[in-house]
Amino acid sequence: MAQDPQDEKPKEPNTGSEGIPAPEGAVNLIDTDYVIGQDNITASPLGVNVDLHGKVFMFSAIVILLFVILTLALQDQMEPLFNSAFSFLTTKMGWFFLLGANVFVILALVLIFTPMGKVRIGGADAKPDFGYLGWFSMLFAAGMGIGLMFYGVSEPLGHFGTAMGGISVGEDGVRTDWAPLGAAAGDQAGAIDLSMAATIFHWGFHPWGAYAIVGLSLAIFAFNKGLPLTMRSIFYPILGERVWGWPGHVIDILAVFATLFGLTTSLGIGATQAAGGLNYLFGIPNTDTTLVVLILGITLVALGSIMLGVDKGVQRLSQLNMVLALLLLLFVILVGPTLLIATGVVDNLINYVTHLPAFSMPFGREDANFSQGWTAFYWAWWIAWSPFVGMFIARVSRGRTVREFLISVLVVPTLASVVWMTAFGSTAIDQVINQGITEVQDAALELQLFTMLEYLPLTAITSFIGIVLVIVFFITSSDSGSLVIDSITAGGKVDAPKPQRIFWALIEGALAIALLLGGGLAALQTAALTTGLPFTLVLLVGCYAIVKGLMSEPKAK
Amino acid sequence: MFHKIMVPVDLAHLDLIEPSLQAVADLARYYDAEVCYVGVTANTPGSVARTPQEYTQKLEAFAEERSKIHGQPVSTHTIVSPDPIADLDDDLIEAIDELGADLVVMPTHPPKHVDAIIPSHGGKVATHTKASVFLVRPGAGN
Repeated sequence: MAQDPQDEKPKEPNTGSEGIPAPEGAVNLIDTDYVIGQDNITASPLGVNVDLHGKVFMFSAIVILLFVILTLALQDQMEPLFNSAFSFLTTKMGWFFLLGANVFVILALVLIFTPMGKVRIGGADAKPDFGYLGWFSMLFAAGMGIGLMFYGVSEPLGHFGTAMGGISVGEDGVRTDWAPLGAAAGDQAGAIDLSMAATIFHWGFHPWGAYAIVGLSLAIFAFNKGLPLTMRSIFYPILGERVWGWPGHVIDILAVFATLFGLTTSLGIGATQAAGGLNYLFGIPNTDTTLVVLILGITLVALGSIMLGVDKGVQRLSQLNMVLALLLLLFVILVGPTLLIATGVVDNLINYVTHLPAFSMPFGREDANFSQGWTAFYWAWWIAWSPFVGMFIARVSRGRTVREFLISVLVVPTLASVVWMTAFGSTAIDQVINQGITEVQDAALELQLFTMLEYLPLTAITSFIGIVLVIVFFITSSDSGSLVIDSITAGGKVDAPKPQRIFWALIEGALAIALLLGGGLAALQTAALTTGLPFTLVLLVGCYAIVKGLMSEPKAK
Repeated sequence: MFHKIMVPVDLAHLDLIEPSLQAVADLARYYDAEVCYVGVTANTPGSVARTPQEYTQKLEAFAEERSKIHGQPVSTHTIVSPDPIADLDDDLIEAIDELGADLVVMPTHPPKHVDAIIPSHGGKVATHTKASVFLVRPGAGN
């Protein structure tokens, strides 16, 4: 509800408004002549109202169309091109991703303990828009829900296998194995420690650090500084008024590109995996028709969710997911090797922290395959997703203090990942080494979770929950993604007409189907991942902007 | 007959709501009613205001101006929503009870086909409240 203006400290006049003085709230608005929506085009084609940022929308649409047509038409030529671009990024620029991610984590952790942690997002008197549970559910569902489903079993198992295998060196003296660090040949306990630490490393502080930096910088510059909620606003401390011109357009278009292609390709690939699961469990034929029906279904539910809005749509779905995920987690802990998991959580946390310096070292790595093929790949992935997740997190975080924000976006999800990975990873490794079950290890990547569940009781129920979770996590990604893309292409407006967000949700579904049937999903996903490189730069600027922005803010009482 | 008229206003599109404002002024004078102007704003910076506080100030200034025209007592109510496009109808319906309004006057567009998917705000509000609702079509009075 409306907040009473406080007479805390005098404000700079807000020239963006029409001659009415700025409020005496405890915020420090940036003085700009830019009026949000000033470059927007409003029209009513076919009786449907639209309100769009002309240049960002047009160029995003053109770039997207061009890429899709090229990938569909010249599949054989484009795929190697994207692939070599990406392998260049991870092998040659891997150090840059690792270094950048370390900067994000360190800054985010340090900020928790500084006085700047007291600044409240949205001004000293702002009240949170969402309760803790709803807020946290949304953070988690948008951030990594789906990945935990697929990698909770397969990643610990994968690292365990390579670590046990030990180091192998090729003829040219380069390591050919994929084991993390110095491996642990033949040492079972050491291999378990190493594999769990490596998995948690990829799902811990570093991904959430990237999200936290984008989310916090956007939140500060939108809610406290009065700039539009789009990626370009982060650059205001460096570019000044030029962010409203082409430099800003390019940043926003890049964010749309990364978000849309990241979402679309994940939707396509995720549908393939969900169909694989359905086939495995219920024998539903894994055909193109099943895939198209799945994508249509996911898109339709996502549509309903964005029509209902953040509060009644996205929040509720996220909470549903949270409850289901918790149930599945509790189930695995209780019927799995409970004691092993309980002690494992503490052990793995210690393992993670002790291995952290070695894992995050950007230079002089001997385990090139692991640090480039796994870590740098993951970092590019998280960073390419960060505009989408960060923007969504920013949007729902008004009213929280910086300290609250960082603890909830960085520390709590990391602990959640530790518990999740330990429960699923330990159970799977336990099946392999203590029960001699090898099916899980041999199963296809997307089926490993279900294969593991098969050796626990109540398979039918838990696997069904697993599939529902996968699908609902996709829906929550799709609806929050559509909201983010709509807001970027509307020049930062969150109250642009409804048909626009419907349009984006439909485009995502349509592109996913087109690419799935026409081929090129994997290639385009690679293209989306390459945006990780420019966004690492954007995030480094974000770090600077956060500090600069927070320094000028009044502290909460 | 009517004591308090609630008038949802969109400060970004004042030209569109001009006919309904005229109707509000006439009704308020005729029934000697108080007019409460209600604005819904996003919590993010928007085209009208960059903070909810600034929005409230603009809404108050707007109400004062209208008061000079019709001479009836005015008040304002700002609704801050994280997703105004989706929450608008429910927020307005809630505000009617909260404010104790017995008449709602709001502009609406002529019926069209997309209403089946995206119903008009006026229509939705009218079907969900006990208060009387007066929907003013664009170009009314011309």
